[in-house]
Amino acid sequence: MSAPNPRGSALLTRDPSVVTVGAELLADALAAQAVPVTAVDWRPPLPGTADALAAVLADARREAANKVAIERVLASTPHLVDVKPASEALGLTAGQFRHAGPPIDWARASGPMRGALIGAVLFEGLADSPEAAEKFLAQGHAELDSCHHHHAVGPMAGVVSPSMWMFELEDTTHGTRAWCSLNEGLGKVLRYGAYGSEVIDRLRWMSAVLGPLLRTAVRAGEPIDIRAIIAQMLQMGDEGHNRNRAGTLMLLRELLPNMIDSGAPTSDIAEAARFVGGNDHFFLNLDMPACKLAMDAGRDVPGSSLVVAMARNGTDFGIQVSGTGDRWYTGPAEVPDGLYLGAYGPEDANPDIGDSAITETAGIGGFAMAAAPAIVRFIGGEVDDALAATRRMYEITLAENPAYQIPVLDFRGTPTGIDVTKVVRTGILPQINTGIAGKVAGTGQVGAGLVTPPADCFVAAIEALAEATPPIG
Amino acid sequence: MSSALELRRGTYRDSVSLMQVSRSVSAVDGVTKALVAMATELNVGLLAGMGFETPDGAGPNDLIVAIRADDEDALRRAREVLEEALVLSTGGGTGIGSAAGVPPRTIRTAAGATPGASLALVSVPGPHAFAEAMDALEAGLDVLIFSDNVPVEQEIRLKDVGRERGLLVMGPDCGTALVGGVGLGFANSVRPGPIGIVAASGTGSQELMCLLHAAGSGVSHCLGVGGRDLSEAVGARSTLQALAMLDADPATELIVVVSKPPADAVAAEVERYAATLATPVQLAFLGQGRDDLTAAATKALAAIGHPGVQGRVWRPEQAAPTRTGALRGLFCGGTLCDEAMIIAADRLGPIASNIPLRADWALPADLHAAGHLMIDFGDDGLTAGRPHPMIDPSLRLERLAEELADPACAVLLLDVVLGHGAHPDPAADLAEVLRAAGPNSPTVLISLCGTDLDPQDLAAQARTLTAAGAEVHLSNAEAARRAVAIVEGLDA
Repeated sequence: MSAPNPRGSALLTRDPSVVTVGAELLADALAAQAVPVTAVDWRPPLPGTADALAAVLADARREAANKVAIERVLASTPHLVDVKPASEALGLTAGQFRHAGPPIDWARASGPMRGALIGAVLFEGLADSPEAAEKFLAQGHAELDSCHHHHAVGPMAGVVSPSMWMFELEDTTHGTRAWCSLNEGLGKVLRYGAYGSEVIDRLRWMSAVLGPLLRTAVRAGEPIDIRAIIAQMLQMGDEGHNRNRAGTLMLLRELLPNMIDSGAPTSDIAEAARFVGGNDHFFLNLDMPACKLAMDAGRDVPGSSLVVAMARNGTDFGIQVSGTGDRWYTGPAEVPDGLYLGAYGPEDANPDIGDSAITETAGIGGFAMAAAPAIVRFIGGEVDDALAATRRMYEITLAENPAYQIPVLDFRGTPTGIDVTKVVRTGILPQINTGIAGKVAGTGQVGAGLVTPPADCFVAAIEALAEATPPIG
Repeated sequence: MSSALELRRGTYRDSVSLMQVSRSVSAVDGVTKALVAMATELNVGLLAGMGFETPDGAGPNDLIVAIRADDEDALRRAREVLEEALVLSTGGGTGIGSAAGVPPRTIRTAAGATPGASLALVSVPGPHAFAEAMDALEAGLDVLIFSDNVPVEQEIRLKDVGRERGLLVMGPDCGTALVGGVGLGFANSVRPGPIGIVAASGTGSQELMCLLHAAGSGVSHCLGVGGRDLSEAVGARSTLQALAMLDADPATELIVVVSKPPADAVAAEVERYAATLATPVQLAFLGQGRDDLTAAATKALAAIGHPGVQGRVWRPEQAAPTRTGALRGLFCGGTLCDEAMIIAADRLGPIASNIPLRADWALPADLHAAGHLMIDFGDDGLTAGRPHPMIDPSLRLERLAEELADPACAVLLLDVVLGHGAHPDPAADLAEVLRAAGPNSPTVLISLCGTDLDPQDLAAQARTLTAAGAEVHLSNAEAARRAVAIVEGLDA
C-alpha cells in the first residue's frame, strides 16, 4: 500500500467554503453555521447512462487523454494556403460526390440533400435535366461519401463535385490540410438544395472566374492566418456560424490588393469583390475548415471523450469522439427552432443539415453567441439569452480558447472542446446556430435558428467509450 | 543594460488588453521601456523608436514583446509579470462574464465561482455520486460523499485519485464530519478541543463527540471515512490519509479511530502507520468483547488527563412498572444499534436484526420476529428511495406504535440523534406516539445523542421525552445496559 498523501488538502488549514450537490437540507445546515456555500443546480444524467458514465469517468487514461487532445486543438494554426478545384484538392473524379454529415445513401437522403446532389449532377454535365439527374442518382451511378472522411467540410448539404473550387487550409503547427467549398451566398443556392438555372450559372461563374482569381490572390501573398481573423471577428460582433460579416470583410481586405495586382480583367475583379463583399457568409467556408483542422488535431487519443465532429446530413445527426476513431454516433436530426423568410414556416423546414456544426465543435458559432448580440434578435431572443447560452456551454467543455475571446464576458476564452461525459452528466446539449433548408428539393433557404443534437448521439458515445475502457478497481 | 525582443506568431490580443499588459510590464522596477503589442505598422514604428530592429516577417497577427531593463534580474521579473498579465488579459474574471445569476450546473463551475472553495459535499443518489465526487477531486477539492449505495470499486477508484492528488475522500456513506468547527452532514455542535477523530461510523463519532463534550472536553476535527474504509477491499485508504492530516494539525493532541473491528491485515496496517505518527493514536475498534463508545470516550479523556464520562440520565416523573419479555430496539444510527446489540446479546442471547451480529440472526424481509430484535432504520436496505430516518421519522414511528401495543414487548430502546442536518424537533413526533400508547405499554428507553449547543437543545428534547413517559440516557451503552436489566427482571 502506498503512503498517504494529504499535501493537496486545505481542509484543516482554511476556513471551510463548501460546494454542495444533492440534498438541499445539507446545504441549509451549512448556511445555518454561517459557512459560505455554493449549491450546484444538479440534474440526473441522461437516462440509462449512469453505469457507462461511471466507467468512463473512472478510466485512468481519461483526464490526461483529454488534456492532450484539447491542447492539440488549441495549438492548431490554420492558414489559407491555396484555392483549387475539388478534383485536385480531394482527388474527385467524374461521378464522385462528397456531402455533409455522416454517410447517407440516396434512398434516405432528405429533400435539400437530394436537391443539392441533383444540382451537382447537372453542374458536372452528367445529366441534362433534373429528372435525368434524379434518375442517375437513384440508380446508384454516383459515388457518395462524407466530406468528413476526406478532411473536408461543407455547409448545409455540403455537396462537393470535381469541378467545384475549394479553399485549402493548412494547420502549420500539425502539418495537416483541410478543404471547404466556396460560399455561394444566401437564398436559392445549391447548399440549401436549390438547383435552378441561376444556381448552376452561379456555380459555373465561381469555377470559371472567382476560383482562379482567388487562387491567384492567395498564391501571390503569404498564407492568411485564419485563426487571427476569427479572433478578431469575435470582437467585432460575429460568432462565426450565423454571422460572418466582419470576418468576410477582413478576408476581402487581405485578398483585394492581390486580386487587383493579378492583371485579371477589372470587370472580373469588381464582380468578385462585389460577390464576396455582398455575401456576409463568405467567411463561413474559411472558419469551418479552420475548425475542422483544429478538431482533426484532437482525433484518435485513446481514452479521450472529446467530441471531434458534429455533423448532419439532413436525416441523421452524427458525432465522432477522439477516443473511438472514425465511428459515428447518430440520432435523428431535429428541426431547428427559428425565424422564417417570407411566407415560409416550420412546416416547410427540413431537419438539421450541414457540417457547419464543426464551428460549435471547435467552440465558436452557438458557443460564442455572447460575442454576437446582434443575431440574438434574428433568432428571437434577448441579449441575456446569448450570454446565458455561452455560459451554459462552459459546463460541457474542456477548455477556454485563449485565442478566441468574448469581450462582453471580460475577454473570457470561448468554451472549447465538448466532453461527452459532461454532456451526459448535465444533460446540457451543445447549442448550435444554423440556417434552415426547405424540406422540398429545389426550395433553398427558408430560415435560420437554433438547434441541438439529439441526446441519443451522446448516449451511444458514452456507451462506446465505456466499452473501450479497462475495468475499474 | 539588458534587453529582450521576442515575436510570438499567431497570438492575437486586442490592443486595449495589450496596452494594459505593456503598462504592467513597464511598471516593473528596473524596466526602462516595454512594448507588448501586435506587430502592426504603427507598433513596428514604435519598436524602431525604442531602438529595436523589427523581427523578420512580423505581421499584424503576431505579438511583439520588447523589453529594455537595467539588468538581467529586472528583465527576469519583467518576464514574470508579462506572463501573468497575458494570462489575466484572457479574462474569465468577474462582472457579467462570471456566473452572475446563473446557478452552476457542475461542481467544477461552482468551485470556480466560490472563493476559497475547499470541500465538496455530495449527497446525490448513490448511482450518480461517483461522477460528482470525481468532478470535485478534479477541481482540487476534498470531498465528503454522504450518498450511500455506491459500488465499492468506485469508492476505491475515488480514494486512489484522492491520494494521487493529495486530497481526502470522506465516504461514501459518510454521514458525519466536523471540520474547523463546522458540522458536515449529521453533526453535533461541540466545543473545540484537543481530540481529533477518524470515523468509519457516523453515529459512532456523533456519540463519541457528544460524550467528550458532556465531559467538558472537545474536538479539533472529526474526519469521516465511510463505513467500508477499513474493509479488506478498501484497505483503510482514507483512514491513513485522515491520520496524516490530523497528525499535521497543531490543535490535535490525540487521535481516536472509531470503527468496527477491521480485517486483521487492515488493522495491522493502521496500527503500523499510527505508530509512525508524532500524535498518539487510540484505536477504538468496536465489537464483542471490546470497549463500547462510552468506554472509548473515557479512555481518550484519561489519555489527555481529563476526568472521564459522567453518565447523564433524565427520568420520567412517573415511571410505569416494568415487566419482562422481549427487548425491541428501533434505531436511526447503525453504530448505536450495533453497540446496543453487542451489549444485549452478551446477556440475552440471539438478537434478530436487519444488521445482525451473526448471519443466522437475520430478520426476515418483513422485519418481524417473536423474541428480541433490533432494527437499524438507517441501513441502506431501508433508505433506498427515501430520506434517512434522522430526517424522515415516519417509518420508525409506525413501527414504534406497533411495538407499544405488543404485549410481548417489555422494553423499547430508541436512539434520538440531534445536531445539524437532523430533524428540527425529533422528540415532538416521538412523544406524540408515546402519549397515544395505551396502559400497560412497555418501558421506553431513549439514548439521546446531542449537546447543549445543538440547534434542537438537548435539555428541551429530554424534557419532552420524559414528559411522555420515557427514560432518557446520554450514553447509548448505559441505555442498553439498563434495557437488559429490565428485561432480565433485575430492575424493579
